[in-house]
Amino acid sequence: MDPVTRISGLMVPLWRADIDTDQIMPKQHLKKVERTGFGEVVFDDWRDDPDFVLNDERYAQGNVLVTGPNFGSGSSREHAPWGLQQYGFDAIIAPSFADIFKTNCAKNGLLTVELAQDEVEALVSLATDDPSAQVRIDLPEQSVESAAGVFHFDIDQHTKHMLVHGLDPIALTLQHREAITTYEAHRPARMPVTNA
Amino acid sequence: MSTPRTLFEKVWDRHLVTAEEGGDPALLYIDLHLVHEVTSPQAFDGLRLAERPLRRPELTLATMDHNVPTTDPSLPVEDQLSAKQMDTLRANCEEFGVRLLPRGSANQGIVHMIGPELGVTQPGMTVVCGDSHTSTHGAFGALAFGIGTSEVEHVLATQTLWQARPRTMAIEVDGQLPVGVTAKDLILNVINEIGVEGGVGHVLEYRGEAVESLSMEGRMTVCNMSIEGGARAGMIAPDETTFAWLKGRPHAPSGAHWDAALEDWRQLHTDPGATFDHVVHLDASTFEPTVTWGTTPAQSTSVNGRVPHPEETRDPDQATRALDYMGLEGGEAITDLTVDRVFLGSCTNARLSDLRAAAAIVADRPVADGVRAMVVPGSTLVKTQAEAEGLDEVFKAAGFEWREAGCSMCLGMNPDVLAPGERCASTSNRNFEGRQGKGGRSHLVSPEMAAAAAVHGRFVDVREDPRAADARAVR
Ligand code: SF4
Repeated sequence: MDPVTRISGLMVPLWRADIDTDQIMPKQHLKKVERTGFGEVVFDDWRDDPDFVLNDERYAQGNVLVTGPNFGSGSSREHAPWGLQQYGFDAIIAPSFADIFKTNCAKNGLLTVELAQDEVEALVSLATDDPSAQVRIDLPEQSVESAAGVFHFDIDQHTKHMLVHGLDPIALTLQHREAITTYEAHRPARMPVTNA
Repeated sequence: MSTPRTLFEKVWDRHLVTAEEGGDPALLYIDLHLVHEVTSPQAFDGLRLAERPLRRPELTLATMDHNVPTTDPSLPVEDQLSAKQMDTLRANCEEFGVRLLPRGSANQGIVHMIGPELGVTQPGMTVVCGDSHTSTHGAFGALAFGIGTSEVEHVLATQTLWQARPRTMAIEVDGQLPVGVTAKDLILNVINEIGVEGGVGHVLEYRGEAVESLSMEGRMTVCNMSIEGGARAGMIAPDETTFAWLKGRPHAPSGAHWDAALEDWRQLHTDPGATFDHVVHLDASTFEPTVTWGTTPAQSTSVNGRVPHPEETRDPDQATRALDYMGLEGGEAITDLTVDRVFLGSCTNARLSDLRAAAAIVADRPVADGVRAMVVPGSTLVKTQAEAEGLDEVFKAAGFEWREAGCSMCLGMNPDVLAPGERCASTSNRNFEGRQGKGGRSHLVSPEMAAAAAVHGRFVDVREDPRAADARAVR
């Protein structure tokens, strides 16, 4: 995974609460066995609406999605973050995210930034009024800078460390191989196996 | 005396490979990993690419459910993409030595049905799956949660996961559910109370008289929908109901192992004096048959209620959009809503007792004119058992379609979908826009309410049906 440190660019405002992963990546696109080809179909059902923000030419270059609370709720499908990332988003800013979605984003180097609701609303207003307004996210500094002000965000230190250094979580875990083996030696013999 | 702990804390503590330290999350051992065709192909690919073996194939179990057609399993799968996904799962399971319950096998079924049926889901375990409704398994006192494909790969490679310790929330439900009111109504009321975001970052423990009185199948219905309240996991302390349900299942412990297991499982409850980060109190005796009117599972009301006007809701903008999508204006009586389709299925409500209860409502009454109704058993085992009891005949005589097991119209990845604008009474768990088919309008209800809607062609209060008592008796 490539390290994630500083992201600058343009915002795409999508102010709505509880956008679930069925909307981000509708089920008809979950049939692929590859990790690619999801960018074109992100928010596919909503793109029928000519007024939908991703159909607005002025936001075609946007790489930071600014959206409402509880973004990414519902299904665990990682196809949702894959689609957002492959479309061109490097980061998503919202007042809150659903748990599984947030984890999935982190595993793919798609940065999720949680700001206070009034701060997100300020960014939405800024991007709505001026599609060319710049935003700059600094992960090491945990800050979001724009004409709307400089906002600080919290992120758990483990996720930050993994992102900033672009670490492979499986490789990291395999360093604990011995601890896993020790744990396994103490599992009760009665624990079920699936192939018996 | 050791410090009093909650059920969650006990299960958490016994799975720590390494504890949380500094800013680092805990490394948690995973006892059971369930796999299905949609969220696994890229994970197996990742293993191949990095030349990593699967650490514990014998703690992994795969099935085909999301894509499978619910028609004759001896016929080929017409949708080529679905067929390819199923073939890929078959090849991956062969290559990595994972047991697979494929389409057509006697134990095939929705991934959250097969674990409990086989008895591989047991109290005190950690269970994960690339599917958000993994919370279902919490009904056994397991810590069970959904993960994404990258984490599926991680578990395949290491049999562990990094997890920050969640907070805890007790959902205390006192009183008893009235006749005609079910586990589904209970959980819809919980979600209505806490909201779709209320459980984020928390593990829920459902407690209290109403929860203790539920059958295992009812408990699975409740835990299944924990994720609709934002919580990744929901748990219920195992008790005699749990043990009786598990005893004799193919993978349940037997002999001396059973006795040892029982002794251990009896410890799995929240100690007196243990505290939760949040506590929510509800009274089951006040619950009514519940129907969702919007596009989140929290947007629900009593069958005797009305669809709200946007300004009466917590988020008027969201409600306006939901009503527009649902083809409603606000102010309509729920019982005035006619349905085009009825779907009895999904990992929420397609177990044997669900089908029995629905059949008790339907018996000898035809499905209303113009309504297309279908039953999709949650697993092949449920289908077989239901047929042995003659439930299929009851449904077919009424005009229901009787299908093979799978996820089916719960998410419409197979050919079973709503047409745009069709209104559906559904026993599934998500009424999101387009969930059951683009433009489709889903109302989440209990199996009893769905069956009554099929017969009347509109939503009715099943409590007014004399058969509600029969339905309760067979649950
Ligand atoms: S039945 Fe529905 S909710 Fe359950 S696993 Fe299948 S698609 Fe998911």
